[in-house]
Amino acid sequence: MTPLSQLLPGQYGKLVSLSPERAVDQRLMALGLLPGMVLKLVRRAPLGDPIAVEFGGQVVSLRMAEAESLWVDVAADCPIQKPKATP
Amino acid sequence: MSSSSHSPVVALVGNPNTGKSTLFNALTGLRQRVGNYPGVTVARKSGQCDCGEGLKVELIDLPGLYSLSAASPDEQIVIDVLAGNLAQERRPEAIVVVADATNLLRNLFIASQLAELRLPMAIVLNQADIAEKQGLKIDTELLSQRLGGIPVVMTSAWKGEGIAQVRKAIASILKQKILMTQVVWPSELKEAFGKIAEKVQVDTRKTPTASTLQRLLFDTSPNASERLDWPMSQREGVIREARDHVRRAGYNPLAAEPLIHYAHLRKILDGVVSGGLVRALRSAAVDRILLHRIAGPVIFTSIMLGLFASVFWLAKFPMEWIQLAVDALKGVVAPALVQYPMLQSLVADGVIAGVGAFLVFLPQILILFFFIGILEDSGYMARAAFIMDRLFSWCGLNGKSFVPLLSGFACAIPGLLSTRTIEDPKARLATAFAVPFMSCSARFPVYALMCAAFIGPLYGPGWESVVMVGMHLIGLLFAVPTAFVLTRFVLRIRPQPFVLELPRYQLPKPRDVLWRMWQNAAEFVSKAGTVIFAITIIIWALCYFPRSPELAEKIRSENPTLSANEVQLRAQAAGIEQSWMGRFGKTVQPIFDPCGFDWKITVGVLASFPAREVIVSTLGITYSIGQDAEADSQDLRQAMQQAKWMEGPRVGKPIFSLAAVLALMVFFALCSQCGPTIATLAQESGGWKWAAASFFYMTFLAWVMAVIVYQVVVRLS
Repeated sequence: MTPLSQLLPGQYGKLVSLSPERAVDQRLMALGLLPGMVLKLVRRAPLGDPIAVEFGGQVVSLRMAEAESLWVDVAADCPIQKPKATP
Repeated sequence: MSSSSHSPVVALVGNPNTGKSTLFNALTGLRQRVGNYPGVTVARKSGQCDCGEGLKVELIDLPGLYSLSAASPDEQIVIDVLAGNLAQERRPEAIVVVADATNLLRNLFIASQLAELRLPMAIVLNQADIAEKQGLKIDTELLSQRLGGIPVVMTSAWKGEGIAQVRKAIASILKQKILMTQVVWPSELKEAFGKIAEKVQVDTRKTPTASTLQRLLFDTSPNASERLDWPMSQREGVIREARDHVRRAGYNPLAAEPLIHYAHLRKILDGVVSGGLVRALRSAAVDRILLHRIAGPVIFTSIMLGLFASVFWLAKFPMEWIQLAVDALKGVVAPALVQYPMLQSLVADGVIAGVGAFLVFLPQILILFFFIGILEDSGYMARAAFIMDRLFSWCGLNGKSFVPLLSGFACAIPGLLSTRTIEDPKARLATAFAVPFMSCSARFPVYALMCAAFIGPLYGPGWESVVMVGMHLIGLLFAVPTAFVLTRFVLRIRPQPFVLELPRYQLPKPRDVLWRMWQNAAEFVSKAGTVIFAITIIIWALCYFPRSPELAEKIRSENPTLSANEVQLRAQAAGIEQSWMGRFGKTVQPIFDPCGFDWKITVGVLASFPAREVIVSTLGITYSIGQDAEADSQDLRQAMQQAKWMEGPRVGKPIFSLAAVLALMVFFALCSQCGPTIATLAQESGGWKWAAASFFYMTFLAWVMAVIVYQVVVRLS
């Protein structure tokens, strides 16, 4: 298990656990980020923090300190849903 | 709008970035009223919606939100409005949920929570055109059926498609009172609700609704029990017990709500949505450029420079026209009242100047909100916050503080108004507190006068620019620690996590942008404008009264050789010396003595509390140059260079020594000398408390720093 904040840009992970008592995690759960969900660290901000995370068809900005309580299993190649190439 | 008190109220609720405001504008056709909910800085928007067959509905556009968890003031307002908790608000009879058709699952979470309120409901799937482009197919009939038969309407509010069906849906839910299917709570949770309900009934003799019970069980905030007047001591035990009960069933009580709703919604959406991409590829491609490590900040800086140049420079032209119009009006009115000098001064320097005092801000406000509208509606504002957040997070602000602070360098008023774009109330207030420290364009004439008259001639143009730049940075130097201390130790507001959706890029709709720009300006005029007007009149009176009418006569008889113009200038100078302001200035001069200010500067400082740039014209009056003196006036520079102390320990020495000049500039850089800023801060922070705190804090800080600068420089030179 790794904290989400340690993923590399472009890497996928499966959410193992979060801390529901934290306000950040409550907001994320309302957005549909629940254990078992696959997410992707899309990129870091130019200054390294915050990070952009994709899950459930949306991209959300999260501060590193806030992403530390989110534990994921790193998945080498586990795309959320391979988008078909559009012509 | 005479029928609005009888027409039923319907609430528009939904996630941010769903096009809810566009839909609201389309439904109400700009027949809207905008204001604030009492006591909080949450905007209230309502308008009349014609639903056909003579049915007129009062539609309220509630703030966009992701959850009913009552964590933020926005969320609490939505709960209170929908539960009918607000005395001034009629309770809505029905709810229209606006959902983004391209992300149904997340958008229906709030709908599923709202179903617990047992109000008739309809669901609008907006941005249907984009869903179609992404290849998504949504079976609205099946969805409607699974949700208990409530109307499900597809719209593209941007294009104006499907609006008529929404009107029809509102009419039908009001008539048929169709309710949305509720989630089925596991038995352990039902038992936990029951335990709490019993205790509430015993303690408060009130019967809590299902929705209230959920807030009591699931939320960490005390808002729900405060609404019930249910004291902490009584509720703590039973809520802990109920949560333990939930935990024994295998649920984390703080996670149970989203888990159960999302499981319920997944089942409902099974087979409803088919095909399509998970996310628009185009936005991801644009992000690769706009959020690129190097290109991103470069583009960001260019956009922000463009925004600043517009607010600072483009606005100057209409501001000059307003000033010309005000002066022209004075020129027409003043001669007509020449026989009534008091009335003449009241109308010209009080009333007309007072109206001009707030009208002059309109160009900047309109231009800034035009740009903010485009930045927000296009989706770039969230990206800007993403890029800048790191620079602000350490002192308790966030990436969205950037635009207000940058605007503050042009003028604090539009800067303060733009703090509305910050969702987190704590960061919003701290940003609003920091904005007046930014060196606005009104400080410029003061620096320019002092530098041109003293720094330049004595030390050369090089030092002149150093001092100029230094004065522009000094505010920032104090604003940042102020924000840090405020967010860390003073403000007892729950901070909101900085979880920010980076929405799909979208073309802004001109009507929405222009309408929001107009609404912000109108609200400024009606609220802050009246206060600014009143302040101008009060200061005018303090500088005018008491005044003996024979002043000019006396000066003429004592100096028979003076020209009529000279007499008038001297009479003006003597008039302000005699006025309450002049007397007050002389009385409090000892307070400003450690900063090296004589009574004339003190009067200037006091008279410029409503507007700092007034110092130049006030010095013009007290030095008998006339009130039309400007920063580049040679006469005023000379008069000031020659001014000497007439009495006291420094008698014979120049008043404007290097120490006094620097102290005066530092004072102006930090002092809260702007009535409109105070009035706007009061408007934006929901009361006079923070406006007063800002005023006294900045003024005291300015005085302390001016004393330090004066005393240090005097000893060094």
